[in-house]
Amino acid sequence: MQSFWAARGCVLQQPYDVEVGAGTMAPETFLRVLGPKPYRVGYAQPSRRPADGRYGENPNRLFKHTQFQLILKPPPVNVQELYLESLEAIGIDLAKHDIKFEEDNWEWPAGGAWGVGWQVMLDGLEITQFTYFQQCGGLDLDPICAELTYGLERIAAFLQDVDSIYDIVWAVDPETGARVTYGEVRLAEELQFSVYNFEVAEIDKLWTHFNLYEAEAQSLLEKANVLLASEEADPAEKRRFPLLATYELALKCSNLFNLLDARGAISVTERVGVIGRIRALTVGVAKAYAVQQVS
Amino acid sequence: MLEIGLEEVPARMIAGAEAELCKRTVLLLARERLISTTGSNVWTNDGLQVDGKQVAWCYSTPRRLAIHVTGVSSKQGDLHDLVEGPPVTAAYKNGEPTAAAHAFAKKVGVQVQDLLRTQKTKGEYVCARILRTGRTTAEILASELPKEVLGLYWAKNMYWRAGKPERFVRPVRWVVALLDSTVVPVEIAGIAAGNASRGHRILHGEAPVIVEAASQYREKLRAASVVVDVAERRELIRKALDAATRTVEGARWREDEALIEIVVHLTEWPSVVLGGFEREYLTLPEEVLVTVMRDHQKYFAVEGADGKLAPYFLAVLNSKADEAGAEIIRHGNERVLRARFKDARFFWDFDQKTPLAKRVESLNNVTFQKELGNYAWKTRNNWAAAEMLAKTTLSRGIKVDESALRKATEIAKTDLTTELVKEFTELQGIIGGLYARAQGHGESVAQAIYDQYTPASIENRIPNTVEGQLFGLADRIQTIVAMFGIGMAPTGSKDPFALRRAANAIVKILAESGLPLTLTDVLDSYTGIVYADMDPKRKDIPRDIDSDETLLYVRAFLRERLNFFLKDVRGFAYDVVNAVLAAEANDVRDAIARAEALTEVRGSEDFAAISAAFKRIKNILRQAEEKGFAIGSAKDAALSPEAQQLADAAAGLAPEVALLRQERAYGEALALIASLRPAVDAFFDKVMVLDPDPVIRGAHLGLIDQVLRGFSGIADFSEIVTV
Repeated sequence: MQSFWAARGCVLQQPYDVEVGAGTMAPETFLRVLGPKPYRVGYAQPSRRPADGRYGENPNRLFKHTQFQLILKPPPVNVQELYLESLEAIGIDLAKHDIKFEEDNWEWPAGGAWGVGWQVMLDGLEITQFTYFQQCGGLDLDPICAELTYGLERIAAFLQDVDSIYDIVWAVDPETGARVTYGEVRLAEELQFSVYNFEVAEIDKLWTHFNLYEAEAQSLLEKANVLLASEEADPAEKRRFPLLATYELALKCSNLFNLLDARGAISVTERVGVIGRIRALTVGVAKAYAVQQVS
Repeated sequence: MLEIGLEEVPARMIAGAEAELCKRTVLLLARERLISTTGSNVWTNDGLQVDGKQVAWCYSTPRRLAIHVTGVSSKQGDLHDLVEGPPVTAAYKNGEPTAAAHAFAKKVGVQVQDLLRTQKTKGEYVCARILRTGRTTAEILASELPKEVLGLYWAKNMYWRAGKPERFVRPVRWVVALLDSTVVPVEIAGIAAGNASRGHRILHGEAPVIVEAASQYREKLRAASVVVDVAERRELIRKALDAATRTVEGARWREDEALIEIVVHLTEWPSVVLGGFEREYLTLPEEVLVTVMRDHQKYFAVEGADGKLAPYFLAVLNSKADEAGAEIIRHGNERVLRARFKDARFFWDFDQKTPLAKRVESLNNVTFQKELGNYAWKTRNNWAAAEMLAKTTLSRGIKVDESALRKATEIAKTDLTTELVKEFTELQGIIGGLYARAQGHGESVAQAIYDQYTPASIENRIPNTVEGQLFGLADRIQTIVAMFGIGMAPTGSKDPFALRRAANAIVKILAESGLPLTLTDVLDSYTGIVYADMDPKRKDIPRDIDSDETLLYVRAFLRERLNFFLKDVRGFAYDVVNAVLAAEANDVRDAIARAEALTEVRGSEDFAAISAAFKRIKNILRQAEEKGFAIGSAKDAALSPEAQQLADAAAGLAPEVALLRQERAYGEALALIASLRPAVDAFFDKVMVLDPDPVIRGAHLGLIDQVLRGFSGIADFSEIVTV
C-alpha cells in the first residue's frame, strides 16, 4: 500500500508519536489540510479508543487498531479509481469480489471537522472510510481533500481469511516457517490496557492531567493570538511560535477525555461541555495555524 | 438524452433526485416550447405519459441520473409578442409622439408609427408587436440545463472543486447530452458534455461507453453491465432472491420493501448469493439477528416453513459472480456476519452481568433533555402519569396489573445503559423487554417494556397488553407536555423530538385498544405540579412546565393529531371530520364511530337537505346575533302551522335521538334526524323566520336554535359540504 501511494507522489510519513483516536487527528492530516497548499501524505497510525477495548476477548474489537491514513489535497478526479487500484495492489482481485460505496458521513466534533463520503464495503466488510473533508478545525477547506482511512487489521484478516484479528499472521520465519501472530504481539497490550482504561486509571489524576494540559494549551493560544494579530511583530517571531506543540497538548486532552469516558467518569450531561473544551483548543490551534502559515 | 455521471450517490436520495431531474427537464422543454405536453399528463416512476403515450423516461443507478425525452424540436418556433411601453399620456403630446415613445420604439426595434395601444385597468398604454426569433434547442439547453441540474435538491451537499464554485451531492464526473446523435454543448460543474458514458466499475472497467444516439442509451449501458432502469433492477433482484432461496427447501425470504429499495439503489448489475450461519446463533433473539442482517449488512433474512428464522441470509451484490466467485463472496459475507453475531452475543452476555433492576440508579446519568432532566426524572414522571391512567382505567371496570405496570415503568428506560442498545440503538425498548423476560420479571412487565415504542409509525401495531398501552400513553404524554412546557413544540416541518409521532401514537392506541380513556383523561394524567429539576443554572427555580397555557396548546395539538388520524389514516372526508370534531373531539373511538355513521348517510338526498338546512339555521342565528335580535322560545307565540309542525317533529324525535346517541347507534340516530327533512323544508318554504314582530321572531329563533342544538351532538352538520 505504501509503495502504491508513494509511487503517486505521496509523502510516506511515520506514525505520529502522541496518542490519537484516529489518523485524522495526527497533524499530518489535521493541520496539513488547512490552507491552499497541495499535499499528499500517507501513514499508518495506531489509533487508541479506550472504550472499545474488550480485554482481548472479542475477536473483532480492539482498544488500539491501526489505520492507514491517506490525504490527497486536492483530490484528483480519478480518486475513486486510484483507490480501487490500491486494493488491487495489495492483492485483492476486485473481479472476484463485490465492492460497494455506501453513504457514510464522517465527523469529529471535538476537532470541528466533518466531511461526506462512503464506507467502502468489500463482500459485506467495511474496509475503508472514504471522506471528502469539507471542514476542519472549524474552518471551511478550500481546496477540500480526500481522506482514505483503511482499517488494516480488518483488511489483513480478510486477506488471510481468519475469523479473529488475533489469528492474523504478522510474520513468518522464512527458514523455519515459524509464525508470529497478531495475538502474540498485541494480546497482552489489549488485556492490560483494558484493565487500566476500565478499572485502574485514577479518575482524579486523569482530570488533573486534563486540566494541566488544557491550561498550558490555553495560555499558549492566548499568546499566539496576540502575537499573530500584531502588525508590528516580526514575521520570523510569528513563524517560530510553537503551535505544533500547542496542538499536541490539545491531543493529550482528547486522549484523557477518552480515558475518562471509558472509566465512566463523564456523565452524558458533562460530555458536551468537555468536548466543547477540547474543541476550543483544536479550533483555536487550527485558526492560529492558518494565520501563521501566511505570516 | 441527458446523463449526469456521478460518484456513488447515497441510496436514500436517488429516487427523489431521479424524479426531480425528470420533472425539471420536461418542464424546461415545455416552458421553452420544445415539446408539447398538451393532454393528460401522468407522471410515473418511469417518467411522463401524455395521453397514455410515454414521452419521457427517467433512469438512475448509484453512479448516474438520466432522462430521455422524445418529440423534442430542434428549434423554438418564432413568436409574436406584445411588449408594453409607457402610458399613452406620456407617449403623446398633442397627438405627437414624445421622446418616451421614440425611446420605447427604439428599444423594441419598431418604427414609432407602428406603435399600438392597449387598454389596461390602470389606463391606456403604448405597446408594440415584435417578433421573437426562436432559439435553437442546443442553445437553450446549453444555457438552461445546467441551472436545472445544479438546482436539484439534496439532503446533504458537498464542495469538491477548488474555489468552491458549486455544491452537489457528490462530484460530477461525466455528462452525456445528446439531441438524437448530436452532442449538446452543455457544461455542468466544469464538465463538458459528450457522448461517452461509463459502464460498471468492475464488470466493464474504465473504457468509455460511447452512446452514438439517444435511443441507444439503455442498450449501450446494458452491454456495459449497467441496468439503468430502476424497475427492471427491482424485478431482477426479486427474482434473484426467489431463485437463491429456492435452494433451501421450504424456505422463504422475508419481504422487506424498504430494504429492496436500498439495494436497488446500491447496484448497477445486481445478483444475489445465499449464505448461512451457525445454528447456535439462533439462540439470540430474532430481533437482534434480523437487525444485524438488515440494518447493518443489508441482508435479507430467511425463514423456514414454520415461519421461524432459518440460519441463512441473502446478500444482494453489485456484480455477476460465476460459481467460484460467488463462493468467495459468500464466504466473505458469512465471515462478516459471524463476527457481527459474535459481537451481539458478547454484548448480550456482558449485559446480563448487570440486570436491569440494578441499572435503575444509573438512569441519573442519562440525559433525557438537558433543560428538563435525566431519565430518572423521566421515570418518576412517567409513573405519576401511568398510575393515574391505571386508576382511571380500573375505575371504569378494566383490569390492570398495577404492580406489573409499576415495575415496567421503573425499568423501562434502563436498557439505554446496555451495550446491546448502544450498539443497536434501533432496538431500544425491544432489548429491554427481552432482558426483562430473561431476567424473570414476568410476561406482563416484559411485554410492556418491549412494546414501549410501538407504534413507532402510524402503520405499526399498538402494544399488545393493557399495561403496555397505558405505559405507552404515559411515556408519550409526559414527553409532549414537558417539551411543550419548555417551548419545544413542533413548528412547521421542524419536529426534532418527534412529538407529532408521539401524539399520533396516543391517538392510535386510544383508537385501537379497548381502554376506556379519552384524550382529556390522557392529558389530565400528567398534570399537577411538575417541575423540571435538572436545569443546572436554575436549580433554585423550579419551573412549572404544565402551566394552563401549555395544556391549552397540548390539547389543541392532540386535537389536530386526531384530525390527521381521521383524515389521513382512516381516510374520512375532511368535511365529515370537521363536522364530527366540531361536535366533540375527546373520545377517539366515539369520533370514529360517528365519522363512520356520517360517511354512510352523507350521500343521501334527505341528509344533504338537512345539512343545507343546518347551515342556513346557523347563518340566520348569526345574523340575528349581529342585529341584536333576542332569541326566545318556541312557546312564546302562536306559531304558524309549518313552524308548529317542525317544533312537534323536533320534540318528538329528540328523546329517541338522544337514546340512540347514548347507545352509540349513530347510524340509526342520523337516519332519524334525516327524517326531519319534510318538516324543515316546509318551515323554510313557508315561514319568514325573521318576522318583523319581535315576539314571533324570537319564537322562530328559539325554535331553530333548539333544532340546531338538539341534533348537533353527533356532528355539526353545517360543516358538511353539499353540492
